[in-house]
Amino acid sequence: MKRALVPVLAVVVALVLALAVRQVFFIAPIEANQLYWNQKIFYFHVPCAFMLFAAVFVCGVPAALFLKTRDPRYDDVAAAAAELAVVFGAIVLGSGMIWGKAAWGVWWQWEMRLTTSLLLWLIMVGYVLVRRFGGAGADRLSAGLAVFAMVDVPLVYFSVKYWNFLHPKAEVVSTLDPSMKLAFRLSALGFIGLFVLVLVTRVAQHRGVRALRDVRERGLDAGILEP
Amino acid sequence: MRVETLAPSCPADGARRTTASVGFFRLVAAVAGKDVRVELRSREILYTMAFFAVTVAVVFSFAFVRDRKVIAEAVPGIVWGALAFAATLGLGRAFDRERESDTMRALLLSPAPRLAIFLGKALAMTAVIGLVAAVIAPVSIVLYDLDVGRAGGRLLLLVALGVIGLAVVGTVFSAMLLRVRARDVLLPVILYPLLLPLFLAATRGTAALLSPTGSTDEAWFWIQFLVVYDALFIVTALWTFEALVIE
Repeated sequence: MKRALVPVLAVVVALVLALAVRQVFFIAPIEANQLYWNQKIFYFHVPCAFMLFAAVFVCGVPAALFLKTRDPRYDDVAAAAAELAVVFGAIVLGSGMIWGKAAWGVWWQWEMRLTTSLLLWLIMVGYVLVRRFGGAGADRLSAGLAVFAMVDVPLVYFSVKYWNFLHPKAEVVSTLDPSMKLAFRLSALGFIGLFVLVLVTRVAQHRGVRALRDVRERGLDAGILEP
Repeated sequence: MRVETLAPSCPADGARRTTASVGFFRLVAAVAGKDVRVELRSREILYTMAFFAVTVAVVFSFAFVRDRKVIAEAVPGIVWGALAFAATLGLGRAFDRERESDTMRALLLSPAPRLAIFLGKALAMTAVIGLVAAVIAPVSIVLYDLDVGRAGGRLLLLVALGVIGLAVVGTVFSAMLLRVRARDVLLPVILYPLLLPLFLAATRGTAALLSPTGSTDEAWFWIQFLVVYDALFIVTALWTFEALVIE
């Protein structure tokens, strides 16, 4: 039942994203003041940034539950979310740099949101590195890191905010042309769907890997398998 | 896992019993005292950390020299960077010592509550990093020609808060890394991203206090920020330490 939902969701997400691409590139007008085609980045950049922030919490909350209950199923979710955070973070930073080059003339500026995203992204990269190279015991260690990362989010946000007062307005979305707004909403919806889809799939993979490992260990214990 | 079976005093209930007889804070003081005494007898971490911190400061300075003087704006970053690097070195070494002689297991086997062990360790680390800060401060006053008289007390407070934050977050993760492969590489990988807000606050706060044009409001903001940072991470550390450090 649940497994059957995944392809359905995949089709829906593909449709929504296709619609979003159509709306973004063929219907929404080109921003004619300064950015022209570069403005199209906005439709993909901002949803990805939401996903990065969401992923930090989708990783942190299950990690905390994992530490409390020791149920490895929570750990699977946390690990999948962290990987997604790294992917979406890379998209955010990459597209943000292109935007920065077009809007401000430099690839990188120590602007509030870029810096916040960068710091969060670094933590999540740290999480993935720990998981990959930590060996045994890395699951608990990375869960601890995820919990600390969650606590770090407001600290990162406020430190960077106070450090650098200059940042673009947050109210961009409400001042958009209606067709632009629709494009943005479609794209955001598509990305949320994509996030859920990839998360579910990745969790299933982690679960499968764990099940295989368990079976192998039992086989070794029973002497059925050769080491 | 074995610890649990060997020590029937599982943390919660053991904590209650020992707290009643010995007193929680005496246990904290005992663990901290032991660590500080071990360190003061060998002075291994202290000397190497202090030396390393000064070397790093000198290395950074080369990048920022103009007219035979280090650019004033770069100084807080240099000093805090050096302190953070040296702290990582010391944290790794402090727990290596426990691992080499397998005394961490003994410590965890003792009926002392895990939280007391953590607080004791963090306290000892704070003392050691604080001592290194005490070494690097006069060195940087001389090297960079700093005027600290104007804001001495606030500067001291800021440094103390920064050192506490470094020690708390560092102690949690180096204790966790005890049993993990590649721990030397992973400690900075975990620690630095988490410490970046602290680093930012400490650097900006120091800059505001040191520069003749710096605003007092800004300095106070960063001091308050560090108080919040330390408090949040101490709570998180107390909450996670018990779940994380299990043999």
